[in-house]
Amino acid sequence: MSLLAPLAAIGRLVLLGLTTLGRIAIFAGETISHLLRPPFYPKEFGQALMQIGWFSLPVVGMTALFTGGALALQIYAGGARFSAEAVVPSIVAIGMVRELGPVLGGLMVAARVASSIAAEIGTMKVTEQLDALVTLSTHPMKYLTVPRVLAATLAVPVLVAVGDSIGIFGGYLVGVSRLGFNPAAYLRNTREFLEVWDVVSGLWKGAAFGFIVALMGCYYGMHSERGAQGVGRATKSAVVAASVLIFAANYLLTEVFFAA
Amino acid sequence: MITLTDVHKAFGKNRVLRGVNLTIPSGESMVIIGGSGTGKSVLLKCILGLVHPDSGMIAVNGEDAGTKARDAFLARFGMLFQGGALFDSLPVWQNVAFRLLRGSLKRPKAEAREIAIEKLRRVGLKPETADLFPAELSGGMQKRVGLARAIAAEPEIIFFDEPTTGLDPIMAGVINELIREIVTEMGATAMTITHDMSSVRAIADRVAMLHDGVIQWTGPIAEMDETPDPYVQQFIHGRAEGPIEAVR
Repeated sequence: MSLLAPLAAIGRLVLLGLTTLGRIAIFAGETISHLLRPPFYPKEFGQALMQIGWFSLPVVGMTALFTGGALALQIYAGGARFSAEAVVPSIVAIGMVRELGPVLGGLMVAARVASSIAAEIGTMKVTEQLDALVTLSTHPMKYLTVPRVLAATLAVPVLVAVGDSIGIFGGYLVGVSRLGFNPAAYLRNTREFLEVWDVVSGLWKGAAFGFIVALMGCYYGMHSERGAQGVGRATKSAVVAASVLIFAANYLLTEVFFAA
Repeated sequence: MITLTDVHKAFGKNRVLRGVNLTIPSGESMVIIGGSGTGKSVLLKCILGLVHPDSGMIAVNGEDAGTKARDAFLARFGMLFQGGALFDSLPVWQNVAFRLLRGSLKRPKAEAREIAIEKLRRVGLKPETADLFPAELSGGMQKRVGLARAIAAEPEIIFFDEPTTGLDPIMAGVINELIREIVTEMGATAMTITHDMSSVRAIADRVAMLHDGVIQWTGPIAEMDETPDPYVQQFIHGRAEGPIEAVR
């Protein structure tokens, strides 16, 4: 009996993980289904767009700026080992738009938005505001989840595009001021090596990450348990799940987009 | 008329409702009494469809509460939640007029605001309150706003979940009187759940006592004090000794 106990514990964990994954998949399906059926709440969508998109700009911009600068320094130092310093502009650009822009942008939005959505909806749940919505003939999925998920799916690619630009600019600043690159040559190198698909694939990733972030915030908020601890757990779970799913989705999308 | 027939509900092994039978005639104010954790709120949520009963039948004017036309069904109800359940992100008037700003009962914004201010006035709040947010209100004011929201769309049936919890005795008295007045003037069917005996005496036409998952006693308020039912007597007099087990 005691020999089997660890295996049983592992089994329970696996079952719990699969159950949660199944519930999240059903929740995602319901969200998409409600997305396509009226009533729609444009005012709530507009507010969510402002909260998720506009107010995340500073944090995403700052992250991208410093990442672009650090990337330029790293590539220069690494490239110097085999006399390939000239690749700094192109690698910074490709690295930012394909990978770092969407992933870091998604993670920053996850930290900022998934937590706030989960806390807000979780608090609404424990204070019976979700029940109140139902009694007022308003479906919580339509009123709370759909506007947020749609807003995040549309806003994060825009944030990624802005982040990409700022990140490349960060690399440019460091390249020109610290590493001695010619400004015109740096920009020309960036432009010449960057392809449209590099940028577009990053934007698709951004849309997927935005969907994941808002979905996790809403899912854990709606399934929050009672009390302050319940809301706290929901908030933490939303950020952790969103971050892990962003990394998993990033790998899968990279396989799909760039696998040879 | 609301009719509950042999309603059962369990959460895991905890059998909360074990065959509730109850009829609330139209235009009457029924108060459900019972100790904490006896399933009063679950019963109310079953009627509203917020919780699905495991078995039994709930009908409102002969119509099954589990009907697919949920919006039309719910449009007949107003509900005052225990903690108010006001939406923090909306100003008071939009909370009150929530139903009037969207869905099948949608009105122009100006008209909805006017109705909201009128309802706020009806529950004793000044028009200036309309533009405040729920967090800026006291507990008593939040209850009044919740009451205004419950009656905003002139519902046929109003539910009150512990309407005086967390209020001082004077404010509780004011809310009780308001509920009684509003229910009478609207001619609505009302169902209140509470364990506050002053609320029971102020609001009820009829009283039902829920204990051990079933209705132990039901009758007119005038008969409540005289009934020999030991559960009712223990509860209304707040005695520790009696058939209801009191955990010390």
